[in-house]
Amino acid sequence: MEKKTLFDKIWDAHVVRSVPNGPDVFFIDKHFIHEVTSPVAFLNLEKRGIGVMYPDRTIATPDHNVPTVDQDKTIKDKLSRMQVEKLRDNCKKHGIELHDLGSAHHGIVHVIGPELGVTQPGMTIVCGDSHTSTHGAFGAIAFGIGTSEVEMVLATQCIMQVKPKKMRITVDGELGKGVTSKDIILYIISKISAAGATGYFVEYAGSAITNLSMEARMTICNMSIEMGARGGLIAPDQTTYAYLKGKRYAPQGEAWEQAVAHWESLKTDDGAEFDLEYHYDAADIEPMITYGTNPGMGIKVKDRIPNADLLEGSNKTSFLKSLEYMGFAPDEPIKGKKVDYVFVGSCTNGRIEDIRAVAGFVKGKKKAANITAWIVPGSREVEKLAHEEGLVKILEEAGFELRQPGCSACLAMNDDKIPAGKYAVSTSNRNFEGRQGPGARTLLASPLTVAAVAVTGVIADPREVF
Amino acid sequence: MPYDKFNTLTSTVVPLPAENVDTDQIIPARFLKATEREGFGDNLFRDWRYDVEGNPKPDFVLNNPTYSGKILLAGKNFGSGSSREHAVWALYDYGFRCVVSSFFADIFKNNCLNIGVLPVTVSAGFAQQLFDAVEADPSTEITVDIAQQTITLNSTGASETFDINAYKKENMQNGFDDIDYLLNIQEEIREFEMKG
Repeated sequence: MEKKTLFDKIWDAHVVRSVPNGPDVFFIDKHFIHEVTSPVAFLNLEKRGIGVMYPDRTIATPDHNVPTVDQDKTIKDKLSRMQVEKLRDNCKKHGIELHDLGSAHHGIVHVIGPELGVTQPGMTIVCGDSHTSTHGAFGAIAFGIGTSEVEMVLATQCIMQVKPKKMRITVDGELGKGVTSKDIILYIISKISAAGATGYFVEYAGSAITNLSMEARMTICNMSIEMGARGGLIAPDQTTYAYLKGKRYAPQGEAWEQAVAHWESLKTDDGAEFDLEYHYDAADIEPMITYGTNPGMGIKVKDRIPNADLLEGSNKTSFLKSLEYMGFAPDEPIKGKKVDYVFVGSCTNGRIEDIRAVAGFVKGKKKAANITAWIVPGSREVEKLAHEEGLVKILEEAGFELRQPGCSACLAMNDDKIPAGKYAVSTSNRNFEGRQGPGARTLLASPLTVAAVAVTGVIADPREVF
Repeated sequence: MPYDKFNTLTSTVVPLPAENVDTDQIIPARFLKATEREGFGDNLFRDWRYDVEGNPKPDFVLNNPTYSGKILLAGKNFGSGSSREHAVWALYDYGFRCVVSSFFADIFKNNCLNIGVLPVTVSAGFAQQLFDAVEADPSTEITVDIAQQTITLNSTGASETFDINAYKKENMQNGFDDIDYLLNIQEEIREFEMKG
């Protein structure tokens, strides 16, 4: 029998037909939409005079541009308000389930999908957002699409896709103290670069991966796009089933048993071939931080910023331009640099486990005077749990400001912007120029490192602080 | 939506050798708040093109009258990051119909093909030849022929072939998008869905 990877098994089961010398017509099980990348898709449907083929396969929530204060009031920013209102209108008109601002399951689309149990093993999932790769943590093929493709999914539940190549990244061994899944993925990206997985779909495997919680797995899959991969996935196992059991849209009763039996088959066969493989040892991974303007520019917190001497030509120019933007010099230590803001949130690290980690570390301490500390839960559900577990109290006593759910300062479409020239250590996913506001300087790190920075006011290694 | 057919394009070139240009640079998130696909070209490369007061930055290539054209010659790993199709809308709206690079990010490349901007992947060596030629003479023209799948530096005749799958090639030549194809096979999709 043909040996197949997990990716092959799911992909092949969703091909409606293959166009000769062209792409596959690829069927989408679940489609998430938000207010920013969907309005033009709906507008085009109207222009064509067509409707939504399977409204119950699409779920909506406003997350990208929403304010994180006063969500019960009218949105002040006119353009943001129009986008959110357009989403409401479109959902109503086409019968699409909407988790609106203020509702029990409002939140970042990649946080609420798993929370609701919409995301399940073996599915194909898309959204007009590149961090859709998050859902791969459940053993699903999940990736970001453009607005033209959002329109295709709404109209036909399919998109035209050329099957990507396959990569496996295996991380074996035990993670050290103070090292999180965010450090694993920042380490991997620093090794293979921000473009190293372009053209591939990644499967993450190995004991360091399978030992992780679902939240931690989501952090890893979330950042697959940051090395260029279309997405990344992890084979479902008992951890996956335990997370899903009892969730609103998870199969119930007999259907649950049948589903688990099917999910058990969702594994890469022994001997199945990948186009490219990487192996890493968990013992080599330590707390990581980025120093430049793409997520591949990461180092261990304890290390120096790389030296430019070995680089040539356009590589060197880009590297130096990046450091200039950040206000850093080659070959200097990053530890001890002064920081202005910390941000805990986003679809990468805005889940309850992340907030628990930060609260656990800052309990009884105060943030440094020079730090503004924002904590933005990924969803209403996360926010509710954070209150119930007493985490909010701990964080507020430490000087953190809790905001309402949304994408917030990860991409600064709302008012949550880092001022020009200021340094933010952020649990989010992108350190691009201006990502957190024009001129803002972003350093990506784990929630634990962010906690250490918040308390000390400078770039710090969490293992030395707590 | 349907776009202008793409067959042969001969044009001068705008060179942008920076590497890892992500879609946040092509169009920053704060300009994504539209509900219609109009006017994105004004904010193309906004923060590289204008200072905080909105004055053009003279050292940025789009503000340099020496360079113009329908072809953007970009550095490697162009279009990484966010899946925002608005980045391609901005390029198209500004007047670019073709982006040439030695390496494209996946989603960006897909988005280009879906709205009629041709992404042409060339070897790193050929990309350097093009950069050098345009630097030496900004009036240098390049010809992109989709039928032959060739890109040619007109001044020297140096040429390279590029890949595009037959289906997308036909779409570009006719100005079709995927949705026309998909709508025509809706019954087949329905049957597929029923099988569960």
